[in-house]
Amino acid sequence: MTPLIRAEALTIRHGRRTVLDQVDLAVVPGEIVTVIGPNGGGKTTLLRALIGAARPNGGRVWRRDGLRLGYTPQKIAVERTMPVTVGRFLALAGGARPAQAAALDRVGARALGPAQLADLSGGEMQRVLLARALLRDPDLLLLDEPTQGLDQPAEAAFYHLLAEIRAERGIGVLLASHDLHVVMAASDRVICLNGHVCCSGAPDQVTADPAYRALFGARADFALYRHRHDHSHDGLGPGGADHGHANEAGDRHGAPSVSVSAPVSAPMSAPAPGALPLRGDAGAGPAAVADAMAARHPHHA
Amino acid sequence: MPDFLVRATLAGVIVALVAAPLGCLVVWRRMAYFGDATAHAALLGVAAALAVELPVMVGVSALAAAMALAVTAAAATGRYALDTVLGVFAHAALAAGLVALALLPGPRVDLMGLLFGDILAVSVTDLLVIGVGGAVLLGVTALAWRGLVSATISPELMVAEGGSLARDRLTITLLLALFVALALKIVGVVLVTSLLILPAAAARPVSRTPEGMALIAAGLGVAAVAAGLGLSLAFDTPAGPSIILAATGAFVLTNIAALLRA
Repeated sequence: MTPLIRAEALTIRHGRRTVLDQVDLAVVPGEIVTVIGPNGGGKTTLLRALIGAARPNGGRVWRRDGLRLGYTPQKIAVERTMPVTVGRFLALAGGARPAQAAALDRVGARALGPAQLADLSGGEMQRVLLARALLRDPDLLLLDEPTQGLDQPAEAAFYHLLAEIRAERGIGVLLASHDLHVVMAASDRVICLNGHVCCSGAPDQVTADPAYRALFGARADFALYRHRHDHSHDGLGPGGADHGHANEAGDRHGAPSVSVSAPVSAPMSAPAPGALPLRGDAGAGPAAVADAMAARHPHHA
Repeated sequence: MPDFLVRATLAGVIVALVAAPLGCLVVWRRMAYFGDATAHAALLGVAAALAVELPVMVGVSALAAAMALAVTAAAATGRYALDTVLGVFAHAALAAGLVALALLPGPRVDLMGLLFGDILAVSVTDLLVIGVGGAVLLGVTALAWRGLVSATISPELMVAEGGSLARDRLTITLLLALFVALALKIVGVVLVTSLLILPAAAARPVSRTPEGMALIAAGLGVAAVAAGLGLSLAFDTPAGPSIILAATGAFVLTNIAALLRA
């Protein structure tokens, strides 16, 4: 499939420091790709380069002709001297008034229309930014740390919304995140970035990669495995590995079922005791992500 | 009303209207010192224009624009903090302008008029230039407004939505440089920035949207021109500073109003 956007050998230097080194990346319609990596690993710079706000020192960014971008920056600092209501901020993106109201509604921020942008909390700002990105009717969403400042139910709802929008419009999504656990459940593909691409692939491939473990150390220490669940429940028994393969090809709508559990206590191929199943496909809904949350924070279950 | 006062009022009102949206952008983007540096370069522009016998407006626009671009380029190197760069350029420009004017052969120029404006001496030609120039500046500001506001809130968002950062910088820079040339006769190089900032700052506590703030700033600016001219006539005070003082009064009033409401 023709990618929506592609970076080829993208290199960006700030002064003498190489922030991005020969980064290759592509996003095709309908897939959710997550860039994870440590602070200073170049996630934000990569996104800025993709939208055209950072000039590459080497390599290039290719975009499909007429590609419409929806972008949410990590944060925007609105000067207190600048009065802007949320409604006016959305109007700047264009679109009719009903569309603006619908976009706010979609992200669960209907009441925020008359609020001042400078007064929003981090979580509210993320919703408003997403509403503005959606108003652009984008082919590709580029989201920089979109769940910053969201509490866990809101974060779960956010990923659910993302999956819903992807399913309904078939758009591509590229997001940068530091939240390993939920990301693994909600992404089709993960790119591990620390200046260069350390590893990339389906979530379980990445978590099995030594480069990933080297990068995230103890934080990587949670089990993620394909949940070899037999969807038809026809009782083929515990050794249902064959069924698992049906999901493994990674085609975008049949994204793999994955499960997340607390620290590694079992081999990658078998469910850890107490693991909660989590389906990562578009139809999985908030329950699945909420399950992942519960796995991370059992006291919230 | 005597003719000179009609001309002064019209010129002042036009400049106040142009100043309102630009002043808002200057306040939002923290460009006050940038305005100063640009304005101070106007003195050098006057000297250059007189030296080569070009219209003063041309010399001032050119030098102010050159200064604004130079400051932007110097700031982009990142060697100094922006306020240091602006401080260096603003004061160097003021000093260079004063020295250049003193070195000019022929009769001395009216330095007080250049520094603090001479609105009561606005001629018919001045008024025409201010009228046409003001209309062009307002028109360009209106056309570029959405992009300028978007870029003020988030440059990245503007770029992602198809805007150009270079074009945004160039637009605001040239608008400010041309405004300096326009306002020189009204308030002089020292007070140009205050004409931008005061009405906008006064409008802030009573505004909810960018456009609302620009409109209220325009109203307050016009009122300040009228009140300042009245003050000047009644007490024989210098007109430019009187206008700025009236705008300061508006700033105090809106802030008190906001305090009372809170």
